[in-house]
Order: sequence, then C-alpha cells, then structure tokens
Amino acid sequence: MQRSVAAAILGLAALSGAAHATDPNLARSLAATCANCHNTDGRAVPESGQEPLAGVDKAKLLQKLSEFRNGTKPATIMHQISKGYTEAQLDLIAGYFAARK
Amino acid sequence: MQRRNFLKAGAAAAALAALYGCTAGTKSSGHVVIVGGGYGGATAAKYLRMWSGGGVQVTLVERNPQFISCPISNLVIGGMKTMADITHDYDTLRGKWGVRVIQDEVLGVDSGKRSVRLAKGGELSYDRLVLSPGVDFLWDQLPGLNSADAQAKVLHAWKAGPQTVALRKQLEAMPDGGVYALSIPKAPYRCPPGPYERACLVADYFKHHKPKSKVVILDANEEVVSKKGLFTKAWEDLYKGILEYRNNSEVKDVDAATNTAILEFDKLKANVLNIVPPQRAGDIAANAGLKLINKRWVEIDWLSMESTNTPGVHVLGDAIFPAPTMPKSGHMANQHAKLAAAAILNLLAGDAPNPAPVVMNTCYSFVDAKNAIHVASVHQYDAATKLVQPVKGAGGVSAARNEIEAKIALGWAKNIWADMLG
Repeated sequence: MQRSVAAAILGLAALSGAAHATDPNLARSLAATCANCHNTDGRAVPESGQEPLAGVDKAKLLQKLSEFRNGTKPATIMHQISKGYTEAQLDLIAGYFAARK
Repeated sequence: MQRRNFLKAGAAAAALAALYGCTAGTKSSGHVVIVGGGYGGATAAKYLRMWSGGGVQVTLVERNPQFISCPISNLVIGGMKTMADITHDYDTLRGKWGVRVIQDEVLGVDSGKRSVRLAKGGELSYDRLVLSPGVDFLWDQLPGLNSADAQAKVLHAWKAGPQTVALRKQLEAMPDGGVYALSIPKAPYRCPPGPYERACLVADYFKHHKPKSKVVILDANEEVVSKKGLFTKAWEDLYKGILEYRNNSEVKDVDAATNTAILEFDKLKANVLNIVPPQRAGDIAANAGLKLINKRWVEIDWLSMESTNTPGVHVLGDAIFPAPTMPKSGHMANQHAKLAAAAILNLLAGDAPNPAPVVMNTCYSFVDAKNAIHVASVHQYDAATKLVQPVKGAGGVSAARNEIEAKIALGWAKNIWADMLG
C-alpha cells in the first residue's frame, strides 16, 4: 500500500503539472467541492463533528484518502466519495488543504 | 444605505485582496448580478468575492430578508427543530465578503442590454448574470389549487418559510385518529428523497403523540424515487400500521374545500392534505427567453453553467435540466455555484473555463428523530457527451439507517450554511 501511494504521488506530479497548465486554479476549485461538509477551505465549523482539513499535512491526507478508497479505513460516506476523484485530483486537493494555514 | 453598503464593500475588498487576491491567474473585474440568495445564489456571491480577492463587484437580489433552509425543514414539520434552527441572515455576506445584498425582486431580464429590472424600481446592469431562482409550481396542472385561498389551506411546504410553520400547525391541530396525506409529483422535482423523509418524520410524530393517526403517501412515480431500500425498510420496521405507501398514484386535482385529493380512479379525503405540486424552473428563469428542456428546465453548458442560447446568463440549482442521475438538491446547487463562479472569473479575465470540472452530491435524510441515511455521488465532466457524468463505482447509499449519520447530517448543515453565508 505504501508503494502504491508513493507511485500515485509520483504519477501525479506529471499529471497535475499538465492540469496546472490548463487551469491555474484547478486545485482550489477541486478542493471547493469538499467545502459543503468541511466548510470553506476545509475550516470545519468547530463542534460540528466534521473533520477540519485546513493545514493538515499533505501526505497524511493522501494516506487517509487512499485508505478510504481501498476500504481499509472504516467510513460512513468517504469510501464512496473518495472513489469519485482521480488520484491526480486527490493529490491537488490534499496539496491545497495542506497549504491553508 | 446603498452608499454605506458600497463603502463596506470597499473595505471588505481590501481585506479580501490581502487574503485571496494573490492566487494564480489573471485578475478578474466587472459586475455580477445574482438573482436568488439560496444554496446556489448565496454560494456564488461569496465565492465570486472570495476568489476574485474582492476584484469583482457582486449584487445579490433576494426577495426575503433572511435565508431559510429547505434541508432540515422536515425536522421542523416533525416537531424536532424550530424555525430559528434553519434561519440565517445575510450579514456576513455583506460585512465580511462585501456582497451588496438587496431585498427586492427581479421582474425581467434584458439579456441584450445586459440588465435586470427590479420590482421596487430601477435597473441593474451586469457583465454576467447568475439566476438561482429554485423552482416554481405548475398550478395549472392542479386546477382546484389554482387560487390563493386554496393554496393557503392545502399546503405544499416545499419552499421553507411560512408554509413550513403552517403545516406544522395543521399537524398539531389534527385530532388523533386523523389522516395526513402527502402527494409526490412525477420526477424530476426538488429534493428527490424529501417527501419520503417528511412522511417518516410525520409518522414519527404521530407514533409518539397521536398513535391512532395515519400517514398516506400518494406517489405519482412507479416506485420510491430515492433511497428506496432504506426508506421501505424504515417503514416496515418503524411505522407498520401507521404509514401507507401508494405508488402510481398521481394527484390530478384537489378539492380544497373538503381536503380531498382527486386521483384518476380514486379520491382520498385527509385531515391534513399536503400537496407537493409539479415543478419547473423558477419564474424569472422560465420567462427570460432561455432555452428550456421539456418546457421546464434551463439547458446549460456544463463548463460554465451558462445558458446554451443566452450568453452572459448563468443558471444554478433546481432550475436547470440536470446531468444524468443528478438530483435537485441544495448541496448540488452549492456545487453548481462554485463551478459557475470559477468559470465566470475566468471569462471576465478573458480566459477559458476549467475544461475538467467536478461536482458531487451528498444528501442526508432522517427516517426518525435519531436515525439518518444518505445518498452520495460524484460527477466528472465528460468531453464526449459534454455532461458531468456520475463516476461508476463511486457514491452510493448508507449500509443501514444509523445514529451516527443523524449527527453528521446536522454537522453537514452547519458546514454548508457556513460555506455559503459565513
């Protein structure tokens, strides 16, 4: 699994580079699809029970998302949602949230 | 007051530029007018200001002084929540984000002149217009309800507000042993699981407070439209003998004087009759000359949410003809708004919209006061069909009703309200 995450991250660098060339705000716009449940820029409303994403380490976020996708991390809904994004998109999303301080 | 708002907007713009204005991309400027301050319009207003670093001026025209949420409003009807729980103001949109919020109604759109006409007088000119009017009802399909008096007696409560309170009062006043009948129009309509959730929560209220009473669902559809397995299980487990579901039961007319729903071969007299009427795009979008599909819903370009026949007019939320399997939901309207905001900022700067947008939906329904279920989907743009298509293998429904998701549903509400208004 570690290897697949590493491979995914490596694969992504190239892909996300291409995506960046297309729309410079792609990461921002993809991350905004998470805000309905995790609030704007991942700053979850305190005591709402939702997980804050802002400022979370990128590798940690990608690890979690990978575990949701392969079913090793129990979830009510994230196992279904995380499968809807490509690994390249998840990489951009995790990078965006990690950079929110 | 307008001057004060503009001054406030100026101060907010400076603060926004410091926070967000340094992002990549060309600087956008211009004036965007948004009609409708619900899940779509309010989100578009905030994100246009936030993502442009205050560079784009935004005027939001909304009829009502405050936002009242449809999601969670079935809990008010069931008696588990109050109107205060689902009512929010536009103060932060004004003060923090510098949106000019006007309480007024737009009567017409001149897409050639790029201006809209206001009910209180005057016009607003725009560089880009966003219409997020939700739905309006096709009263002509229910002749007996086509009057203000009849509509005041037989309620829809399908737009949260005074009707939500009125329906709750009718249920409270109903004697034990009475019948509550809820009709559902043929899909598509606003909030596919909403009627089934409402039936559950009214049944839960009856179970605890009026145990001899009944809930009857008159569904025009062949089968339960959303979360079928989970709803039917809840009805069997929790509401046996209380809730009755009738499929293929389209209400053709209503006799408001006797609270009677008239079906093709049958009639049903209820103590409380709740009719969710057939729907189409909200009046302002339906009458603006935009291309409609089935004479009901606006056809849009999925890269920008822009009308396919009227440049400069973007349409969000329940008013559009949805992409495959896409529900008419508040969550989805919020996602449409962000897709549109990103595209509008690119277009105002002379750039093409993002060629690969993604939207997703999550919808929670309560089946009783403490248990909820969900449906979720993710939709990626497909260049071949020019639609956002549901991703195969992603999304799905809850394994079973559970208490954890009831807490998450309320957490979802807090976060999406903050995302659009906070």
